[in-house]
Amino acid sequence: MTIEIRSAPHIKSTTSVEQIMRHVVWSLLPVCAFYVYQYGLSALASMVVVTASCLATERLFVKTGTQSGDIRDFSAVITGLLLALSLPPGFPLWMGVVAGFVAIAMGKALFGGIGFNVFNPALVGRAFAQAAFPQAIASYTPSFLPGRFYEMIPSSMAFPLMQPADVSEWLKLKHLDALAGATPLAKWKFEGVLASAEELVTSLSGHMAVGPSPALILVCGIYLAFRRHLDWRIPAAILGCAGLTAWLLFAFSPERYPNPFFMLFSGGLILGAIYMATDMATSPVTPKGMWVYGALIGLLTVVIRYYSGLPEGVMYAILLGNAATPLIEKITQPTPFGKSALARLGQAKRGASYALHPGYISREDAGAVTPKKRFLRNKPKPNERPGEREP
Amino acid sequence: MSAETLVPDTTPTVAMIRTLGLISAICGLIIVGAYQFTYDAVQENKRIAVERGVFKVIPQARSIVEYFALPDGKLEKVGAGGTASAGSAANTGTASTGSLKFYAGYDDSGQLAGIAAEGAAKGYADYVRILFAFDPAKNSVSGFSVVSARETPGIGDKITKDKDFLANFPLEAKLSADATALAHEIKTVKHGSKTNPWEVDAISGATITSRAVGKAINETAQALLPRIAPHLDQMKEK
Amino acid sequence: MAQPTVNTWEEFMEGVWRQNPVFVMVLGMCPTLAVTVSAMNALSMGVATTFVLICSCALVSLTRRFTPKEVRIAVYIVIIATFVTAVDYAIQAISLALYDALGAFIQLIVVNCIILGRAEAHAAKNPPLPAMINAAGMGLGFTIGLLALGTVREIFGAGSLFGFTLFGEGFQPWVVMVLPPGGFFVLGSWLLLFAALERRKQRKLAEVQGAPKNV
Repeated sequence: MTIEIRSAPHIKSTTSVEQIMRHVVWSLLPVCAFYVYQYGLSALASMVVVTASCLATERLFVKTGTQSGDIRDFSAVITGLLLALSLPPGFPLWMGVVAGFVAIAMGKALFGGIGFNVFNPALVGRAFAQAAFPQAIASYTPSFLPGRFYEMIPSSMAFPLMQPADVSEWLKLKHLDALAGATPLAKWKFEGVLASAEELVTSLSGHMAVGPSPALILVCGIYLAFRRHLDWRIPAAILGCAGLTAWLLFAFSPERYPNPFFMLFSGGLILGAIYMATDMATSPVTPKGMWVYGALIGLLTVVIRYYSGLPEGVMYAILLGNAATPLIEKITQPTPFGKSALARLGQAKRGASYALHPGYISREDAGAVTPKKRFLRNKPKPNERPGEREP
Repeated sequence: MSAETLVPDTTPTVAMIRTLGLISAICGLIIVGAYQFTYDAVQENKRIAVERGVFKVIPQARSIVEYFALPDGKLEKVGAGGTASAGSAANTGTASTGSLKFYAGYDDSGQLAGIAAEGAAKGYADYVRILFAFDPAKNSVSGFSVVSARETPGIGDKITKDKDFLANFPLEAKLSADATALAHEIKTVKHGSKTNPWEVDAISGATITSRAVGKAINETAQALLPRIAPHLDQMKEK
Repeated sequence: MAQPTVNTWEEFMEGVWRQNPVFVMVLGMCPTLAVTVSAMNALSMGVATTFVLICSCALVSLTRRFTPKEVRIAVYIVIIATFVTAVDYAIQAISLALYDALGAFIQLIVVNCIILGRAEAHAAKNPPLPAMINAAGMGLGFTIGLLALGTVREIFGAGSLFGFTLFGEGFQPWVVMVLPPGGFFVLGSWLLLFAALERRKQRKLAEVQGAPKNV
């Protein structure tokens, strides 16, 4: 056995940010395709417009030099797709543009670009949309409507700055009652109706107002975890903790709380757990920290869903988890090799700037490592005189 | 100069007190002046605000009379067009006895058009305070307006705009046979499940605020209407 | 002490632009964030604060020779509170609706640090006229700051400006703008804009002078 003495960073690899991001985009494509199949033209338009808005904003900030990174690294595409998936399919397109702009501008550019953001940009955009347009974001339309590939949901085409058309009239023409537009979570919260398990998992049965299919996302997530582009611990912790909490409450009072299965497969929990909470820049890097982070998000989701005025809580739970990440990382620092916990007790903690245990870089496979950070690539500009740069 | 460097530069206490006293006196004068100067306008504004609120819920009303319903079942009339002193006397009376204030609105011909009273209940953000109108001829609550609320704009504030919600009114508020309470408690029910004329159909998505409106009306009506009922005849005309 | 100012205009513009209480000094944030839901509220708050600022600075300046330094803060607060009370009555007399909209923030003008700051830093050292001019400038600067937030928040939050509808019936209000977070967003955006302008100005200045900018 050979013992190497090195200082961080330890492993070098060829895996780049672009590659990881490209893989995530690929894995998202089936989810998006199915989403379009469910909701038709409007969903496609929403996805294209929101992603375009994100890319345009990214380009603007990269150009003006306020943000590091490169538009070609696919991260803005991911933000756009995730944002579009988390919005209702009939979300007015102009609001989608606003949400996309806010997502990149406020969620990313303000902090300095890719890798520096504290919160998941897609969720920042969604949180803004939720706060600004609470009605539009709560109005879902049923999936698998006849003629969905030929006509848009009327609310999509709202004139900029104007209120979207009322979808319930349009649904009446299709012989569906207005309540069909409520999500399963809203239905449970406000009407006390519980959706059945098969419907939730496949979202194949008719006219249910659900988001992207949880089962498909789960499959794509497993692929990503298998390729080590996301850490399996985070989704496992989130789903485990949410399921466990929901199960305990269900066991405590079955008539008051829905079953844990409903908890897991309704709303955006699976999407959030797999694609949003695992955002590398905003989640802890320590293995122990990932468990804590995931458990926190899972618990908060259940608490918000059951005890607050909102039907859905995944978004705020993940944002709060993001905010807690630095703290979680600080308290879950692994012991450096050769330093036992006992030895550490005696002396003042000399914190490594990041963990030294080989297990801590779990996102990269064996032959790989820390993504090469390419900050400030577009700076300094060639025409800029050296004297002008700030010290 | 040398004295100053040796002895620390202190101010005698008397000087401090003198200055503070003088400044306080000036300030007191200014405040009293401002109060006197604005008093009439403020009172007038308050009266107009109350009238406007009552006229909004009782559209036929042209003039109002303010009453207190005392716990012993008596009514006390408060200065409608009367002097300010009458009003303040009644006000001092309220605090100790816990009586309920309400407004009787009279139409052009001096007939009783409706009774308005304030109610409050906990909403989503804070207490929702409403002014609702009771129509004694039909034994129903004919409508309400919001006095103050901090509900979420776009959701909770739908209570004043939502057509389905406003269709709840007139809302039945009949007294029970022994006239000590309402025959049926006014209750907010889930959207679309209203079956009785005394139930309030909640707004889907704004259930908590809807519930607050129902609760506010119920609590005030339960307490106030039994007290008013025996006096309705004498209130009929102004 | 009590040097007459060289340039009255400079003195006035100091508060309006170069030392703007909202955008440069970032003072008085409590009313700035809380009452700027509409342009009218912002303007009323700005005018009320300006009135208190001018009057209290005048009185502080007049009494500056008799005020022992040990009790000066107490004196300032009493003076400021007096004028705030007067403004409180005045607003009630003018419009109860406005009074309800501004709520506790009228009384809270007392603890607005712009006013105490002006009294301590300027009025206590200058004769009444310059003190009032300086206070007026600061007040105007504060009003401009509030209006900048109020107009943006009203346009997006209600689709109107000073109560006049801008976009017609079907406007979709951005609810967040009339909620507290909207205040932070808009303030942050304005600060960002002014910081960017300032930086650009300095860069230009450096270019003109031909010397590298060195901070």
